[in-house]
Amino acid sequence: MSDLETLKSDFEAAIQAAADNEALEAVRLDALGKKGRISEQLKQLGQLPPEDRKQAGQALNILKDQIAEAIAARAKTLGAEAMNKKLAEEQIDISLPIAQQAQGFAHPLSRTIEEITAIFSDMGFVIAEGPDIETDYYNFTALNIPPEHPARQEHDTFYLMPDEAGQRPVLRTHTSPVQVRTMQKMKPPIRLIVPGRTYRSDHDATHSPMFHQCEGLVIGENIHMGHLKGCLIDFCRAFFGVDDLPVRFRPSFFPFTEPSAEVDIGCSRSDGGLKIGAGDDWLEILGSGMVNPRVLENCGYDPEQVQGFAFGMGIERLAMLKYGIPDLRTFYDSDMRWLRHYGFVSADMAALHTGLGGE
Amino acid sequence: MKFTLSWLFDHLETDASLEQIVDMLPMVGLEVESLVNPRESFAAFRVAEIVTAEQHPNADRLRVCTVNAGGETLSIVCGAPNARSGLKTVLAPVGAYVPGADITIKAGKIRGETSQGMLCSSAELGISEEADGIIELAADAQTGANFADYAEQIRLSQIDPVIEIAITPNRGDCLGVRGVARDLAAAGMGSLKPLDFSPAVGEGASPVTWHIDDSALALVPAVSGRMFSGVSNGASPAWLADRLTAIGQRPISALVDITNYIMFDLGRPLHAYDGDKIAGNQLTITAASSGQEILALNEKTYITETGMLVIGDEDGPDDIAGVMGGERTGVSDSTTNMFLEIAVFDPVSVATTGRKLNLHSDARYRFERGLDQCGPEQMAGYIARFIQQICGGSFSELTLAGANSYIPKTIAFSLSRTRQLTGVDVPRADQKQILEILGFDVDDRGEESWDVTVPPWRNDIDGSADLVEEIIRIFGFDKLNMTALPRNSVIARPAYSAEQKRVPLLRRLLTSRGITEAVTFSFLKSDDARLFGGVDEGLRLANPISTDLDMMRPSILPNLLQAISRNNNRGIDNISLFEIGPVFLSPDETGQRICVSGIRQGNIRSADWRQKAEPVTAFDSKADILAALALIGVSVDNLVVSRDAPDWMHPGRSGRLKLGKMDMGYFGELHPAILMHYDLKSPIVGFEFWLDTIPLARNKGPMKPLLNLSAFQPVSRDFAFIVDEQVEAQALVQSVRKAARDVVTDVQVFDIYQGSNIEAGKKSVALTATLQPKSATFTEDELKAISDTIISTVAKNNGGEIRGG
Repeated sequence: MSDLETLKSDFEAAIQAAADNEALEAVRLDALGKKGRISEQLKQLGQLPPEDRKQAGQALNILKDQIAEAIAARAKTLGAEAMNKKLAEEQIDISLPIAQQAQGFAHPLSRTIEEITAIFSDMGFVIAEGPDIETDYYNFTALNIPPEHPARQEHDTFYLMPDEAGQRPVLRTHTSPVQVRTMQKMKPPIRLIVPGRTYRSDHDATHSPMFHQCEGLVIGENIHMGHLKGCLIDFCRAFFGVDDLPVRFRPSFFPFTEPSAEVDIGCSRSDGGLKIGAGDDWLEILGSGMVNPRVLENCGYDPEQVQGFAFGMGIERLAMLKYGIPDLRTFYDSDMRWLRHYGFVSADMAALHTGLGGE
Repeated sequence: MKFTLSWLFDHLETDASLEQIVDMLPMVGLEVESLVNPRESFAAFRVAEIVTAEQHPNADRLRVCTVNAGGETLSIVCGAPNARSGLKTVLAPVGAYVPGADITIKAGKIRGETSQGMLCSSAELGISEEADGIIELAADAQTGANFADYAEQIRLSQIDPVIEIAITPNRGDCLGVRGVARDLAAAGMGSLKPLDFSPAVGEGASPVTWHIDDSALALVPAVSGRMFSGVSNGASPAWLADRLTAIGQRPISALVDITNYIMFDLGRPLHAYDGDKIAGNQLTITAASSGQEILALNEKTYITETGMLVIGDEDGPDDIAGVMGGERTGVSDSTTNMFLEIAVFDPVSVATTGRKLNLHSDARYRFERGLDQCGPEQMAGYIARFIQQICGGSFSELTLAGANSYIPKTIAFSLSRTRQLTGVDVPRADQKQILEILGFDVDDRGEESWDVTVPPWRNDIDGSADLVEEIIRIFGFDKLNMTALPRNSVIARPAYSAEQKRVPLLRRLLTSRGITEAVTFSFLKSDDARLFGGVDEGLRLANPISTDLDMMRPSILPNLLQAISRNNNRGIDNISLFEIGPVFLSPDETGQRICVSGIRQGNIRSADWRQKAEPVTAFDSKADILAALALIGVSVDNLVVSRDAPDWMHPGRSGRLKLGKMDMGYFGELHPAILMHYDLKSPIVGFEFWLDTIPLARNKGPMKPLLNLSAFQPVSRDFAFIVDEQVEAQALVQSVRKAARDVVTDVQVFDIYQGSNIEAGKKSVALTATLQPKSATFTEDELKAISDTIISTVAKNNGGEIRGG
């Protein structure tokens, strides 16, 4: 074995034996460092006879490359080993629970209002508002409910203490006064909805002293009862996400509409459960009618020129039916368990293009 | 309003079935609230004959009967004393449900003897309260027949289905069975049977007459009276008593029952006086003076207020007109002479009196909804004959009084109105027919316009829209054409205004911050209102549902605190709640605000395996309110915090935010005294602001300002200042910003230190200022100049010394 071969096998053995980067560096210095053995031999090439110099130079350069390569390969292996060792040491108990992230929920009532708004917005309605504390005039008289009319007694009105003039403000018993307030301010055409708080002096399993209604009003020149029917059927079907939902209109009475209609939707009941859709039963869902000419007159409109329809729906009732919430009273209790269960996270926005949840 | 099917058929000639009628009622506006059809429960029973009845071997009171149930012979143990051979009775076979006993019959042995069914009493069938012995049917009853069929065959009154309908306030005319029949007839369910409303010729003048005092004249359009002499006021005939029983009225005596019956039959309240108890020969209707006592028929004493209509004789008032008669002059079992009142009183007067006295009656209910204006005269003959038929005796001539102010109302009805309002072409003939069956008089001489006269019982009809309603409700709402609203823009525009939109945006922000939305009542306990600043006494409810809810709320925080308390009591802690809703400063229109209120209790972060629990601090509510204000366009960098939060907040740990002079809300820890009041444990922090007072962000359109990205890296410099401990961090930050306004882009406080090396009464505040070069990277000299300016400004404004400087 020539010297070079011996050298090579020595270095290769040393490289393989290097257990870490330091040891490997020592081998490299020993071989290829300035004073390394291969470097030394390269320096001595000049002393060789010219005819031998070329061959010896080639052989040494090959050896140098081979050793450098072997060192690089070893370094890579050592690196990989070190990484694996480190990774093994870094292992954690990945089954540990995550930190609890506080999550807030929107109330099902506001979600329902958002859904109602999304649907009516698509039909060109805007939102109108009015005060919760109303005058007797706006809550009743302007809506064609004169004092002592039996319809007033059905309202179970809350009154505030009389003012200096002896007038008792009322907590609005419905969102209908906003119809009058808006018509007095605006000229037709009008399309508006009024979601808001309403109050009646009644408290039991199915009544709350405060609840929510959404009023609707459409006024124009040629708005007739067919539009009322179309608009409300479209709404009911979109809200419940049932395309073929049967919707029935029944004659009824509201002092501020004439003709008046109650609206029922189809449902079926089995095993105590309720399903919205074609079935053998009906559920009353909202009240509606053509705006009474007396109301139009009270708003300064000429009933010969403009007409339209109005409707009102109970928002709690809609939420209960759509989301299967069994008890009205729970809406106002702020029980965190209830709010987490029936509430909505902020990422879940009510919008027509992403759907309203009934589809 | 309840009635039975056969009662309806007294007025309606029809082939329609019960089912058809019940389906039609809601479609004409008479909502069916309940239907009880005994046929369904009766169908389980059979007519059976007892063949033999032997003494039970093991029980003295029982018999073992062999019963022929038609086609089969059963053995039945029966305890009824009247169980005897040859008796036709009612059998509940095995499997039948017996409503009166609430059991389902099973085959079994009773004291060792086989029993294959049950023989029933009237009470067990739910027919009457008769429980002594089993039913005894006529001998010709067909053995084995279905009992429902048999009951129908013999016209057993208890098989009559009972229908209950809801009557809307406008339909006083349907508070009598005849009115309901008229609507059904108009809807094509047969025809209204004629009733003999011809006058009845009486014998001699009535010994009692009416007098209407001037004070009452305007409120009594019409009243009639008539004396019935020699009547016998025994029990009512069975058919009448049964009908009243079926609709939940207790039969009392013939005269009382007849007045009740006519009220439910024709919607016409009557009042029967005992003719012998009327002092003098005149009944006077007058507006009462205050403080008169009347012992009413319900055995309660009512005290009149000035102006209430009362009726009395020489001994004073004894009847609250239209509401309830008096005990003194009322009929009793021994009455032989009866004076009958048929009246129309002003509906508002009756309603006001009834409401003030808190006295409800079936009569008041009808009077205040409006009665047939012509009734006192026109119905008198029919009623007189009806009474005579049942109670015998004779009656006098009619005596009448009243303003007689009734003039039939005629409406000029433009035929195009129906199409205009409903969008439906109802044929001319149909329109006319509907109106006429409903009792309207139609003068159709005009091509385009008719004169339509309203029947006297339809006080609700006001104008042509009401006539359209009559036509379309009978023609059928199902014939309305579903028409889509024309789109007013191809792409829908937003429903929310810029102001309104802030509410859903805030809701999303706050929920995304881990706060859950509550909806609480707009009213609260007045004591709680007082704790939160108090409110105008005008915001007190005159008729609260409870004393806990007697004041409109000035703040939402008290409601949220109570919500936390309720949750804590259920073992739920670490609650974050918010509400966006109204608060009230005064009862007038300007006094309402939209309030945004949030509250956090317990830990902002709960303990886990990495870190300890972190309790909420004032800074968590500060973060909430700042995020909320920033979202709706408030430039929060310009907000100044002051220490004048309301006094329900912790005085040292709360702040108010101001933008210039504008109040932008407050935040911080709730006052410990408040927490004690609600029995809550600290820490609880919260914030509240009124959306109305936050100026709307200027609408700059969708275009965002051009983004200028600096090519030069920002530099940060740290400063630690020693200042008096009273100096607020906010002031230091402002000074640093002001010192080099054009280069300082951000200032953060990263350390506050008091302790060794720092003089007592002083503190060290460490800040990082981010400096952004504009045109070239800062040189060391420039940086030094900026630092020096910052240091000198803080020294000048805040008395701050650079630490170690």
